[in-house]
Amino acid sequence: MYVAVKGGERAIDNSRLLLAEERRGDPAVPELTLAQIDQQLSLAVDRVMTEGSLYDRELAALAVKQAQGDLIEAIFLLRAYRTTLPRFGYAEPLETAAMHLRRRISATYKDLPGGQVLGPTFDYTLRLLDFDLAENGATPEAEMAEEPLAGAMPRVADILGHGGLIEPETPQDDRPVGDVTRDPMTFPADRDARLQALARGDEGFLLSLGYSTQRGYGKNHPFAGEIRLGEVAVEFVPEELGFPIEIGEITITECQMINQFQGSTTEPAKFTRGYGLTFGHCERKAMAMALVDRSLRAQELGEEPKAPAQDQEFVLYHADNVEASGFTQHLKLPHYVDFQAELVMVRRMRETAANNATPGDDFEEAAD
Amino acid sequence: MPATDTTAPADTQARQRWMSVLAKAPADRLAALWSDLGDSPDWSYLRRPETGMIMLRGRAGGSGQRFNLGEMTMTRCSVRLPDGRVGHGYVAGRRQDHATTAALVDALMQDEAARPALEAAIIEPLTLEADAKRAIAARKAAATKVDFFTMVRGE
Repeated sequence: MYVAVKGGERAIDNSRLLLAEERRGDPAVPELTLAQIDQQLSLAVDRVMTEGSLYDRELAALAVKQAQGDLIEAIFLLRAYRTTLPRFGYAEPLETAAMHLRRRISATYKDLPGGQVLGPTFDYTLRLLDFDLAENGATPEAEMAEEPLAGAMPRVADILGHGGLIEPETPQDDRPVGDVTRDPMTFPADRDARLQALARGDEGFLLSLGYSTQRGYGKNHPFAGEIRLGEVAVEFVPEELGFPIEIGEITITECQMINQFQGSTTEPAKFTRGYGLTFGHCERKAMAMALVDRSLRAQELGEEPKAPAQDQEFVLYHADNVEASGFTQHLKLPHYVDFQAELVMVRRMRETAANNATPGDDFEEAAD
Repeated sequence: MPATDTTAPADTQARQRWMSVLAKAPADRLAALWSDLGDSPDWSYLRRPETGMIMLRGRAGGSGQRFNLGEMTMTRCSVRLPDGRVGHGYVAGRRQDHATTAALVDALMQDEAARPALEAAIIEPLTLEADAKRAIAARKAAATKVDFFTMVRGE
């Protein structure tokens, strides 16, 4: 039996209007501006840009506003928008060693060249609600040192690399760069495709997976080798010019995890690496990404993949919150016909069972 | 500045520098400096301003294999002056006036006779403002640098 169902247009229109009214809230309260969201909910904007995979602060702020602060919904909006724009080309790889740093810490070296720079961080806040913030008006001012921070600072992993104690990263620029937004994922996935999928991946999912590796599900003894936050130039080589030009500057967060490696019959023991990189200031995400990048390298490092965080298909097929949200929420769509079919089948199974039962079994058809 | 290829010819390096300054400038500030300049020369579009995206890339571990990080909005525009000189504007974001003005200044700066005046009116103030802003951020960051000291523990 197939029943075509129509209707509900007016209900849908009115639902949209109701949503718009709820989004606005009490009209007696001033409406949020995009500049306010950009400036005062900047970490929400950063997350939406990172997982929405589009660096544009104003668009991300609009998405946060439109989604009433539902960040996964905002990420969905930004992803949808990016499909409407043409892609002009590819930027040169970001030169993170040349970042203008605002924060840079290492948990592996106390006295690293350039020093430990705390920058703006929740790390040393007491996590007590600050009721002063409930009052408007305060304009806090940061301290300024006499001398500015040194421009570029070496990456910690590069310092350690000199002794051959840590595996080197080699550029391999003759290899094409995989793009999970254009080509379907294949397994085993190359590290470029994995890093792209992780960079777009859901922070909560990656955080829990990273945490699982720390608790013993695919243990790899991580150290936070370096975390840095700052501004980096974006370079692009326009065809008609043939030389690189800077087209702007973006904020990024980078995390280098340094992990123990036991060594094998062919290789001496050394440290291995996991890498995290995000738009804006998404430190927790960058750290989780680095943990999961390392755990997904299990196979290439000769470790037997046993834990969920080491399973490429499991991690990469489920890391995208737009896909996950879509498939979970599609359950709300009408499944009347599917359910009708299942109902008929269950009834038939029960009838068959009842007919086959011997009279003494005291079987009753409960569905009637 | 990473984009400036120190092996490139001097005129290329000079152009890289001003294009970088124009692209990184706040769009409203560039517009204000441009309109202060007064009379706009004759020009025409070679390519009208167009907004799209470029894919940004990182490297594994900062120095290894390239990967696609995510896209960024970008607007480009090309203009032509009556004498045939062509200027290009490539700027992050979606401001079409930003790309157009950047392209115009790029075209005009290529005339060595006109360059010093434009340098003084547009490029230099933008550079100084960007440097000042950067220095403030770097001084605030420097104030959060940890000074370790060792507690001497006596017998």
